[in-house]
Amino acid sequence: MTRQSVAKAHQKIQELAWEPAYHEPVSHYGTDYTFRKAKKKDPLKQVLRSYFPMEEEKDHRVYGAQDGAIRGNMFRQVQQRWMEWQKLFLSIIPLPEISAARAMPLLFRTVPNPELHNGQAIQMIDEVRHSTIQQNLKRLYMNNYIDPAGFNSSLRNFQNDYAGTIGRQFAEGFITGDAITAASIYLTIVAETAFTNTLFVAMPGEAAANGDYLLPTVFHSVQSDESRHISNGYATLLMALSDETNHQLLERDLRYAWWNNHCVVDAAIGTFIEYGTKDRRKDRESYAEMWRRWIYDDYYRSYLVPLEKYGLVIPHDLVEEAWNRIWNKGYVHEVAQFFATGWIANYWRIDPMTDEDFEWFEYKYPGWYDKYGAWWENYNRLSVPNGHKPIAFEDVDYAYPHRCWTCMVPCLIRQDMVLDEVDGQWRTYCSETCRWTDAVAFRPTYQGRQTPNMGKLIGSREWETLYHNWNFADIVKDMGYVRDDGKTLVAQPHLDLDPKKMWTLDHLRKCPPFPSPNVTLNEMTDEQRQAFHADYVRQGPAGRPAPQD
Amino acid sequence: MTATQERPGSQEQPQRSVPKPVFTDAEAGAREFPDSTLRRFNYYVPRKRKQSHYEDVTVEVQPDPRHYLSQGWLYGFADGTGGYPLDWTVLKAWGSDRPVPERFPGSGGQGYEWPAHGWHEFRDPNEEWEQSIYRNNSNVVRQLSQNIDAARQSKAFEQWNPNWVQFVAQHVGAWMHVDHGLGLYLFANANRRAPTNMHNTAISVNSMHRIRSAQDLALYNLTLSEEIPGFDGTAHNETWSADPAWQGVRETAEQLTAIWDWAEAVFAANVVFEPLVGELFRSNLVQQAAPGNGDFVTPTLIGAEEYDYAERDLRYTKALFEPLVRDKEFATHNTEIMDSWLATWVPRCLAAARTLQPLWSQPDAKPPRFEDGLDRAKSRFRGILADLGLRTPKELNQ
Repeated sequence: MTRQSVAKAHQKIQELAWEPAYHEPVSHYGTDYTFRKAKKKDPLKQVLRSYFPMEEEKDHRVYGAQDGAIRGNMFRQVQQRWMEWQKLFLSIIPLPEISAARAMPLLFRTVPNPELHNGQAIQMIDEVRHSTIQQNLKRLYMNNYIDPAGFNSSLRNFQNDYAGTIGRQFAEGFITGDAITAASIYLTIVAETAFTNTLFVAMPGEAAANGDYLLPTVFHSVQSDESRHISNGYATLLMALSDETNHQLLERDLRYAWWNNHCVVDAAIGTFIEYGTKDRRKDRESYAEMWRRWIYDDYYRSYLVPLEKYGLVIPHDLVEEAWNRIWNKGYVHEVAQFFATGWIANYWRIDPMTDEDFEWFEYKYPGWYDKYGAWWENYNRLSVPNGHKPIAFEDVDYAYPHRCWTCMVPCLIRQDMVLDEVDGQWRTYCSETCRWTDAVAFRPTYQGRQTPNMGKLIGSREWETLYHNWNFADIVKDMGYVRDDGKTLVAQPHLDLDPKKMWTLDHLRKCPPFPSPNVTLNEMTDEQRQAFHADYVRQGPAGRPAPQD
Repeated sequence: MTATQERPGSQEQPQRSVPKPVFTDAEAGAREFPDSTLRRFNYYVPRKRKQSHYEDVTVEVQPDPRHYLSQGWLYGFADGTGGYPLDWTVLKAWGSDRPVPERFPGSGGQGYEWPAHGWHEFRDPNEEWEQSIYRNNSNVVRQLSQNIDAARQSKAFEQWNPNWVQFVAQHVGAWMHVDHGLGLYLFANANRRAPTNMHNTAISVNSMHRIRSAQDLALYNLTLSEEIPGFDGTAHNETWSADPAWQGVRETAEQLTAIWDWAEAVFAANVVFEPLVGELFRSNLVQQAAPGNGDFVTPTLIGAEEYDYAERDLRYTKALFEPLVRDKEFATHNTEIMDSWLATWVPRCLAAARTLQPLWSQPDAKPPRFEDGLDRAKSRFRGILADLGLRTPKELNQ
């Protein structure tokens, strides 16, 4: 088909829509935004006659590469350190993808523009593609990588683990609440336009450096669909901007969506890229450098800032604070340290950092060793069972953190922790913006304006609550993270697969009960709680207890 | 001087910085240890003895607080409902009435044993996932493009008589609106509503079949506008919006998109509307009339849609509803509900079918009589109901 005929074909399919004369389509979802009918163009002009063969060709390339990887014994060269983190990543990501498919109908009745509906329907099936192609990649890893544990139990683990639960926001946020907040601002304007760059471009690059060229094969194929989705989002955004009464909501939603994406995606992908790699070339980009390029320059400066010409106030302060957290407050390092502290609750293995890793971190993040070096040395010392307990229960100068009620990443930048009583419960938040999200943004009124369609934070948001005062052996058994001998843990704090060096339930039996920080917090008197807060914000960095006066 | 030494004065090549390949021996089977041979997903029970590829890439992707989702849904609508509530349809699968397990301090994370309720037992017999979707639909669009190209090159459209040209412009063209409306506002809409990933994936594929068929007809219409002098490429709009013969179909199609309950929407569209109206129009009118009017091209488009419905979309629809009819806990409840849907939708669809009757007299070479076509459609419909274990409603005799 010539380019000209694609344009003609796309023009022709606009004739398909019609104004209902007898019955309106069902309206399942609401929004507090207002839209006027407008002929906003579908910028990509995609028709299915060319779309299906294009995707099929992309598939041929993906599956050809997968055959090649197996025939070429790719798994003799993959780094176990890298593959282990894929157990977490690939347990999470198929749900956000399929949730994006489920999100598209939220826009059908709320955005009155049939031309955009066509693009949204194509995005829907794209997302089905992405979810199943990623599940398939995980299946391939399970079948061909040395340690299938954690891949083989992936979707159960994802559902009952604290880390999977953090990742689940990057899915449930697309499909509930105000339709525009969820399916447009959170999903397409922020998640897809900003953060898929680090997810689907930066991370696959790191995979290749660790001997895994299947992740880039699959995820670059996925990313090549994202431009279409970004266009869907932008067209909707322009429609929303044309009505000034929407600006207040847009500003609220950009603040929430930006900050939540930063908290969740930077925590996960930052950790994978910085702590899941064996590539310690000094000239390879750190996550901070990638973030600066992909998100600060490409998204913030090139995409968000130009929206100011429409009169929109964009969250400069939160963009700068996200960068501040990554560069000055060690956000990614704190998260990686927490994942490693809590290795007993994981379904993947995390090996200790080595001298080569230390050198790289110090080079890329000057001052890193002073903050984190001693702790990682302890992690190494305590990695093989030898009469001691797991690191979480040993004295290594680390105070177990409280969890952020909103983003569910622990409050790791201790000085920023905020305490508030919301809905009759004392809650901790990693930042003032996360407190605002729960206490102010996700409410039926906002700045005096009725917002009856805004969503709600629900669920048992603190994982530790479920296991308040349990022994960790029982926790791990309850979650199902035990290998087929009935005692060896799926998770290990090293990569040695010698059964004699692997941790078992018996080792965990020796640990003390594990109390829930939030339950404990709510049992405190006001004075105790104030003292707790005063102490907490003096902790850190690297989780160090507050200095004794 | 050795061969590798630089000659004086030659420019030094900067050393490229690239990751170094490392032999890690991290392939399956390199060592034996606990779990080293457990290479299958262990969180679900397959439908057959062995887990299928389709099951591996679809089952459990959409979580459920009744079994593994220990912390429950995290984000809800304004009323506090999150995820995929079972009461978005009035149908019930066994276990549907069991409450979501309560979580509280020290409760642990255990839910009901997988699958917790009968909805998770549904498997799409078409086993649709990424590869099948693109393979099948690409085959269709390629074949249709080739058929139309071949017809264009052989001047096949010149053999059409004028009445048939008008019939295709107006009536075959009008059907594209049905496909588009149902594809987007019924099926794509329903892909957010069903309780498992297997349901929603099958429904989203159904949606793409209908949207693709709509575009196939629209682009065919565009080709005909270019190939046949006097072909009115916009006639379908007027026919759809104003021709009395189409208003019954239009009203019913719009009413289908207005259904709140996702299962009723899929049932009404695929169990009732498609055999009584869709196949009546496609198989018992267009396919029968076209050859006699010199047209061998249109049946290939219509046939592609017919195949999608009869061989794929109806297949998953039967697999979806038939187990609910014989559900071990809610068979009676579900049968009564589906009977009530039949009592509602059969008269509407029959009325829509009958408003189409004038179309049968329009081609020069006449298709078999409308009543004969309708009888065939009813017979087909009875067969579908029998497969589902449902009684034929008395309304079919109207």
